Amino acid sequence: MSLSSADVKRVAHLARIEVSDAEAEATLAKLSGILGMIEQMQAVDTSGITPMSHAQDLVQRLREDVVTETNQRELFQSIAPLIGNGSTEPATENGLYLVPKVIE
Amino acid sequence: MINRSLKQLATMLANKQISSVEITSEYLKRIAQHNPEINAFITLNPEKTLAQAAAADQRIAQGNAEPLTGIPLAQKDIFCAKGWRTTCGSKMLENFIAPYDAGVIERFDAAGAVNLGKTNMDEFAMGSSNETSYFGKVQNPWDRARVPGGSSGGAAAAVAARLCAAATGTDTGGSIRQPASLCGFSGLKPTYGLVSRYGMIAFASSLDQAGPMAKSCEDMALMLNVMAGFDSRDSTSLEHEKEDYTRKLKDNSSDKPLAGLKVGLPKEYFAEGLDGAVAKVVNDAIDQYRKLGAEIVDISLPNTMLSIPVYYVLAPAEASSNLSRYDGVRYGHRASQYDDLMDMYCKSRAEGFGAEVKRRILIGTYVLSAGYYDAYYLKAQQIRRLIAQDFTEAFKQCDIIMGPAAPSTAFNAGEKVDDPVSMYLQDIYTIAVNLAGLPGMSIPAGFASSDDGKPLPVGLQIIGNYFDEARMLSVGHAYQQVTDWHTRMPEGV
Repeated sequence: MSLSSADVKRVAHLARIEVSDAEAEATLAKLSGILGMIEQMQAVDTSGITPMSHAQDLVQRLREDVVTETNQRELFQSIAPLIGNGSTEPATENGLYLVPKVIE
Repeated sequence: MINRSLKQLATMLANKQISSVEITSEYLKRIAQHNPEINAFITLNPEKTLAQAAAADQRIAQGNAEPLTGIPLAQKDIFCAKGWRTTCGSKMLENFIAPYDAGVIERFDAAGAVNLGKTNMDEFAMGSSNETSYFGKVQNPWDRARVPGGSSGGAAAAVAARLCAAATGTDTGGSIRQPASLCGFSGLKPTYGLVSRYGMIAFASSLDQAGPMAKSCEDMALMLNVMAGFDSRDSTSLEHEKEDYTRKLKDNSSDKPLAGLKVGLPKEYFAEGLDGAVAKVVNDAIDQYRKLGAEIVDISLPNTMLSIPVYYVLAPAEASSNLSRYDGVRYGHRASQYDDLMDMYCKSRAEGFGAEVKRRILIGTYVLSAGYYDAYYLKAQQIRRLIAQDFTEAFKQCDIIMGPAAPSTAFNAGEKVDDPVSMYLQDIYTIAVNLAGLPGMSIPAGFASSDDGKPLPVGLQIIGNYFDEARMLSVGHAYQQVTDWHTRMPEGV
């Protein structure tokens, strides 16, 4: 599997990580090396083998439908990041988190 | 004092020969002296630590002490501890003050143990040398130019340099056992699901497991007694009956205390890729086990080599999902300049994550992306089953598996940073254990000489069947009664 610099940029966008052209170019060889190592898997015949997603055979536990969490909104909001773009205020208001406007 | 076992310290505390405040102050003094160079701790808070020690002394005076009450422990910076900065080795969480306690931290608090500080680690536990930490590399106390291993590198250096009585670590692909081997102490990764992952910052959730890092198997048993147990807040925590992990630790009463024990040696663990000097130390340790009465049998784990490619599909896939929570909205790093919401996400993550974490997120995103899922993720899950079945077959022929924990002794800092695949091969003997969910540990087995004549520790890996930790610890304990490798300490600390 050979990757191109454009592939790196596409995947980085899916992962929501900004990469410059130079960074994409620089990381390309390393990612290709890792994917080359991963290619070893393709030589194995796995027909009929049930995928193993987990180390233990677990079933989803159920619990009573009752409140287990207490409201800690103030505590959790006290560690919110700063707004940015020149504002050094915490990115919270009236118990909500502030993000850039997404609906006009 | 610094070489005392946890049991000896508990006895001294009970007899009022020493107080927790005194023990804790001694360790804080040693940390103040050595941490500026070794860099084992990211965050210290002597005031909080000493308050815990004073509370422990009160508890001891009231006669309510438990085995670890008043014992100062170092906590890996992957565990959220309320009011403590918890960074996970990342710029992303540089200013994150945990608003709650991890299950592991709660249990140590309830036991009256003292939190000495948060130890350095590879960023988000991704690394085998502690060189991916945003907070700088950690020195191996045996040779300061070398790495301590990773990802629990700070904990490893702290235990080896006696900057704590014992420590916690986490192991996703070898992050307790490989540093235990490289720094010369005992480290155990329990059966998946035995120790709560609640509040333990997630890397690859189907593989992550916390465990003890300590000076002996006896100390690890006492630590595991506190750490293990069901936690309803962790959806993969196992409802396993409470065990006393010290119950099988016996004084060697005869020449052959391990008579009847079958030890399997996987031929793949002694094949090409294993350093000759490491092989010699491991073989000598196995000879010692023969002398202790164990029967040695040859076994095969034929899919061992595939564990690395499988791991580097599954772990990054899980990581890319787990780390999507760092978006700059509710906590963690937010870029100071951005245009819109998308730009805020992309810049916050680009600035907050280091190079290795980004690589793994990209690999994970790639293998999960449309058109590649079957060829990579599904294929890896199928081979994961083959790897787990190798162990099921092997345990029909033996009770315990032994081999090296790492293919080499500690390497020089900088030696592998530009070659991720070579770094990944550090975990060739440890990763399969995580994929299968089995317990594994590394105990000191001797030393190999570096080129310039410095002694570098070598670990013996002991792998057990599911929930067989008590037997593994007893097997290690029998060896630690007839050898003194685990009591050796590096010079200059």
